[in-house]
Amino acid sequence: MIGDLGRTIRLGLKSLLLHKLRSSLTTAGILFGVASVIAMLAVGEGASQDALMRFRDMGVTNVLIRSKKPEETQQSSSSSGMSILGYGLFYKEADRIADALPSATVVRVREVQRGLMRSENWVSSIVIGTEPAFLPVTNMQIAEGRWLTDLDLSRQANVCVLGASLARALFPLENPIDQTVLAGTEDRFRIIGVLEYQGRAAGASGTTYDECAFVPMTSSRRRFGDTVRNLSTNRFEAVELHEIKVRLETSEEVESAAAVLRDMLLPKSDPAIGGMAPHVKAGDVEITVPLELLKQEEASKRMFNIVLAVIASISLLVGGIGIMNVMLATVTERTREIGIRRALGAKKKHIIQQFLVEAGVLSALGGLVGVGLGLLIPDLITRFFDQRTDVLPQHVLLAFGISAAVGVVFGIYPAWRAANMDPVEALRHE
Amino acid sequence: MTDSRPVIAEFVDVHRHYVMGDNVVKALAGVSVQVKKGDYLAIMGRSGSGKSTMLNILGCLDRPTQGAYLVGGRDVSRLSDDALSEVRGHEIGFIFQSFNLIPQLTVLENLEVPLFYQGRIGPESRAKAEHLATRVGLAGRLDHKPMELSGGQQQRVAIARALMNDPLFLLADEATGNLDSNTEREILDLLDELRAEGVTIVIVTHNAKVAERADRTLWLKDGTVECFVDNRKTQAVPS
Repeated sequence: MIGDLGRTIRLGLKSLLLHKLRSSLTTAGILFGVASVIAMLAVGEGASQDALMRFRDMGVTNVLIRSKKPEETQQSSSSSGMSILGYGLFYKEADRIADALPSATVVRVREVQRGLMRSENWVSSIVIGTEPAFLPVTNMQIAEGRWLTDLDLSRQANVCVLGASLARALFPLENPIDQTVLAGTEDRFRIIGVLEYQGRAAGASGTTYDECAFVPMTSSRRRFGDTVRNLSTNRFEAVELHEIKVRLETSEEVESAAAVLRDMLLPKSDPAIGGMAPHVKAGDVEITVPLELLKQEEASKRMFNIVLAVIASISLLVGGIGIMNVMLATVTERTREIGIRRALGAKKKHIIQQFLVEAGVLSALGGLVGVGLGLLIPDLITRFFDQRTDVLPQHVLLAFGISAAVGVVFGIYPAWRAANMDPVEALRHE
Repeated sequence: MTDSRPVIAEFVDVHRHYVMGDNVVKALAGVSVQVKKGDYLAIMGRSGSGKSTMLNILGCLDRPTQGAYLVGGRDVSRLSDDALSEVRGHEIGFIFQSFNLIPQLTVLENLEVPLFYQGRIGPESRAKAEHLATRVGLAGRLDHKPMELSGGQQQRVAIARALMNDPLFLLADEATGNLDSNTEREILDLLDELRAEGVTIVIVTHNAKVAERADRTLWLKDGTVECFVDNRKTQAVPS
């Protein structure tokens, strides 16, 4: 039986090759359907993995509170270059949060833009003032040396830890440990450690923690002061804390903690209901809950999958109709052959099998080429649009399987017509 | 002297009626005939005499409305479509006027078609195809496509194909109708040779030259047997 099926497939291919153009055009319908399904799945999967990884990097048990710089009005930016823009979180807010959520780990983060210099190497960087708990909360690892300690904080030590990229930029050839680096013009820090490469975004937009230097919170306040010049806008800004990272012990606590934090920090829609922190100006704070984003992403992925399934069904339906059309034409053209085969002993089921196999071969060929194209397109998208794509083997199998099934399903009616022709009439057909 | 050869195909009062709207057309109205092993029977008649209907029933492509058709002693007149297909595949060797080879298949593949439907494709079917191709004078043409052969050669392939399943009888429909007279003679000579080897042949034709090669001619008229003519006793054919 296997040998017979092989022969049927081989002879089916031979019949399809009689009409190369027609067969390839029909195949194209399935081909593009399959290719687009694979490509869309790959893009969707890539984008979703990208997002999931980003949110996971933020920490699914974390809640991130960032100071948001208020929108600059025309007046404030033009009035005076020397005015001080004050915004953001205050130190005592971090303390209030720690009181409100006793089981949570609260990490204070200050970001100060400084040029870092080491002999002839100069890098514009962000010097992050923070606390020892920063490392476990962000899930980062020390590659060399050591991380900041409570002792460094209490001593306001002039020590710093470098991100991997920053270390390489400043010390291309030497070991940076115990070397010094100059921040700005007068602050010198001794390097005590280098972080492992993370490749993940830092709080400040467009940078990664790999490009940052880390110093004790206390040293940052003492060295840089609370009013710092923003190098990009050339204005003085008074910001105490840029970010507060709150880590909960389990992800179950995240939701209630997020509610508490929102209640504390975000402006209420109705002021009568209650107590926004009096020293926080409306719109100054942004709360990010990675777990919520993760759930949103999963929900939007489900939605995307539904949309994709609809598009895929439509494109494969169109392909299937093309196959049915061609198979009906083939059956009509080969009426006489059907008559001959019936006269030579073919049962109806043999005729059905023959035309189903031909339809299946036609769409499976389209599916095969479609898989090839479907593997190529995500690659091009990644290369030219810098968009992560993930081709999953099960998606490829799914697309190919559906294409073969489409051929068989849409081949049923033509094959049934072929099998039910009267052999006498079929033999008489010109 | 009684004829002890077995009867391999027999019509017992076969009727075939077609319903065309309100009219009933009686294509066959009570035909009885026996074909014995080794017979060479020609069936003649004008168009509309019931020749084609008789051919279709003989070939198990159609069933009688009434009466019985026995192939190898078994009544096939009430068989299912599948069962009739099996009778065609095992017991009957078709030869058609227009050769009816499958164009996209090679000679070898065409020869193997009848055995394919019996699940008998393999080295044996190939050997048999080679043997029969040689027998009909087409050795070495197994890999050709039908279009690469002349009409006479195509009909030789068709005759070889009809012999692939060792049928009870060959059923030829105007087997030489599409051939020139020289080729016609060659094909008829081939049939004579096969007949001499013991093959039973039934040929439907309107060509007297073809019919006179047969032992007997059955004349059909208006769906009934007008007469039998024994060609071995007389060359005369009633007009």
